Amino acid sequence: MAEPTASAGQTAFKRRRRIRRTVHFGEPLPPGAHTFRAAWLCGPALAWVTVFLLVPLLFVIALSFAQRGDDGEVVWRFTWENYSRLAGNGALGFDAVQPLILGRSLGVGLATATLCLLAGLPVAFFIAGLPRRWKTVAVTLVVIPFWTNLLVRTYAWQILLAPEGWLAQTLATAGWLPPGTALYPGWPAVMLAMVCDYLPFMVLPLYASVEKVDWSLTEAAEDLGASPLRAFWHAVLPQIRPGMIAGGILVFLPATGQFVIPDLLGGAKVALLGNAVQQQFGASRDWPFGSAIAVAALVVMLFSLWLHTRVTKGRREVALP
Amino acid sequence: MTRRSPLSALAALAVFAFLYAPLAVIIVYSFNAARYGVAWQGFTVDWYLRLLDNDPAIAAAINTIELACTSTFFSVLLGSVLGYGMSRYEFPFKRLFHHVLHVPVFIPDIVMAVALLLFFAVLRKWLAGFELGMTTMVLAHITFQIPFVAIVVRARMADCDPQLEEAAADLGAGPWLTFRHVTFPLMVPGIVAGGLLAFTLSLDDFVVSFFTSGPGSTTLPILIYSSVKRGLTPDINALASLIVLVSALTVVTVAWLRGRTEVKN
Repeated sequence: MAEPTASAGQTAFKRRRRIRRTVHFGEPLPPGAHTFRAAWLCGPALAWVTVFLLVPLLFVIALSFAQRGDDGEVVWRFTWENYSRLAGNGALGFDAVQPLILGRSLGVGLATATLCLLAGLPVAFFIAGLPRRWKTVAVTLVVIPFWTNLLVRTYAWQILLAPEGWLAQTLATAGWLPPGTALYPGWPAVMLAMVCDYLPFMVLPLYASVEKVDWSLTEAAEDLGASPLRAFWHAVLPQIRPGMIAGGILVFLPATGQFVIPDLLGGAKVALLGNAVQQQFGASRDWPFGSAIAVAALVVMLFSLWLHTRVTKGRREVALP
Repeated sequence: MTRRSPLSALAALAVFAFLYAPLAVIIVYSFNAARYGVAWQGFTVDWYLRLLDNDPAIAAAINTIELACTSTFFSVLLGSVLGYGMSRYEFPFKRLFHHVLHVPVFIPDIVMAVALLLFFAVLRKWLAGFELGMTTMVLAHITFQIPFVAIVVRARMADCDPQLEEAAADLGAGPWLTFRHVTFPLMVPGIVAGGLLAFTLSLDDFVVSFFTSGPGSTTLPILIYSSVKRGLTPDINALASLIVLVSALTVVTVAWLRGRTEVKN
C-alpha cells in the first residue's frame, strides 16, 4: 500500500510557498517597512554571526598570506609561500607531507561516509519494518549515542582496543596477532571510531527516506519478472536517494575535519587537516601556515556544500541534527 | 508494506551492538577495581565515591553547566527572533544570509576554533584586560548555537499558517496582543526544541572550548581530554559513565514527552 506521505509533503511545500507571498498581519506593508521590521528582528543575530564568525574567518584568510617570524610571531608581509607549502613545495624540493594530509582527509571522509552507508542501510530498513511502538524505541536507541559526548565515545575505543582488551586477546589467541599488541594507534582504530561516531548521522536521514518508500513499485517490478536484487536497485534505491545524499554529506563534512578521533586513536601517521591546523596553531607556532590549512578545510566544506546543492537541485533535504 | 528478512535483521542488530560497544565498555570499566590498565580486577564503586572529592572535576562540571546555561539563554533570545523574522519577512540579501547561517553548522570545529582564537588574540591587543576565559567561551558558544536555534524556530514557523496571526489582527488584536496570544504560543515548541539542541551542543563541545578557554575555565570535555592524554584513569570512566547516563536520560525523556504530546493532539 502506498503511504500518503508523498502528497502530504507536497501540500506542505505549497503552503510554504504561499507563506512567502503573504502580506504580514493582513496589512499591506510597504517594502521599506517590511525591510525595517526584518532588520529589527534579524539584524542582531546576523550581526552577531558576522562579527564572531565571518570577521574572524576573514582574519584567518588574511593571516594565511602573512609570514612567520623567527620566534613564531606574525610578520605582515604578503606571501604565497603558505599555499605553495600546502601544495608540496618544501625547503628541499617536493615534500609530499602536506598534500598527503589533504588527500588523506578527503579519503577518510569518503570512506567513513561509504562505510556508514553500508552499515546504516540494514538498520534503516530494520527500523522501518518494526511495529509502530518499537520504531520509537529503535529510533531513540540511535539518538542516544548521537547525543552522547563524542570525546567519551572516542576514548572508549582506547579501552576496547587496548592490548589487554578482549578483542586483542581473542585475535592473539587465534594467532592473528602477536600477544600484547595494541590495536591502536593506527588506521583501523581511526576508521572504527569514525564509523561508530558518525553512524547516527547516516541512519536518521536514511530511515526518514526508507519510511516513505512506496513498496508497490517493488511488487510491480517483481511481478514483471525482476529479481529481488534488481527490484531493489531500480525500484527502492532511487526512492531513498535523498536520504543517502543527506546522510552522506552529514557524515563526510564532520569526518573530513575531525580532530579528536585521529588525535586520540591515530598517532602521527594518521594526521588529518584538523590535526595539522592544531599542530600549527599549537606546538609549531606557525599561525600563518595553520591559517592556510584552515582555509583549505574551508574550501573543502564550501565545495562539498555547493556540490550537494547541485545534486539535490537546490531542494534542501539535509535533515539537521 | 515493508520487507523483513532475517539476514538484514541480524545485520541491524550487529550494527546496534557496534554502536553501543563504546558506551557499554565505559560503564563496565567504571566499576573495575584496577588502578591502571584495562585488566579486570573485581567490582568496585570506589571511583564514583572518589568523584565527590575530586575538586577539579566538580569545578569543571559547574563551569560546563554555567557556560551552557548562559550561552543557551542568549542564543535562544537572538536565534528565535531571527528564525521568526526569516520565516515571516522578505528582505534584501535574504538568500545570502540564509547561506551565511549555514556556515557555523557545517564548518569544521577546528576552523571555527582557530578563527575565534585569532579574533580574540587581536581583541586582546586592543582591549586591556580582555583575557581568554569564561567570557570568550560564552561568546564562542553563542555563535555556533544561534543558527541551530534559528533553523529550528524557522522550520516551526514555516509550518504555522500566518493566517492565524492575520485572523487575530482582523478581530481587533493589536500587534502585542497578537504576539502574546497567537504568535508566541505557536513558537514555543520550536523555541524549546532549539534551546535543547543549543544546550546539548554547548555541553558536548570540546574543540571550540579547548581553543577559547583560559586558566580556570576548564569544562568537563576539556578535563576528560587532558586526562585521556595523560593516560586513562578509572575515575574518568566513572565521570564519563555519568555523562552517558545523563545523555541517555535526556533523550528518553524528550522522546517520551514528544510521544505524549503526539497522542494528545
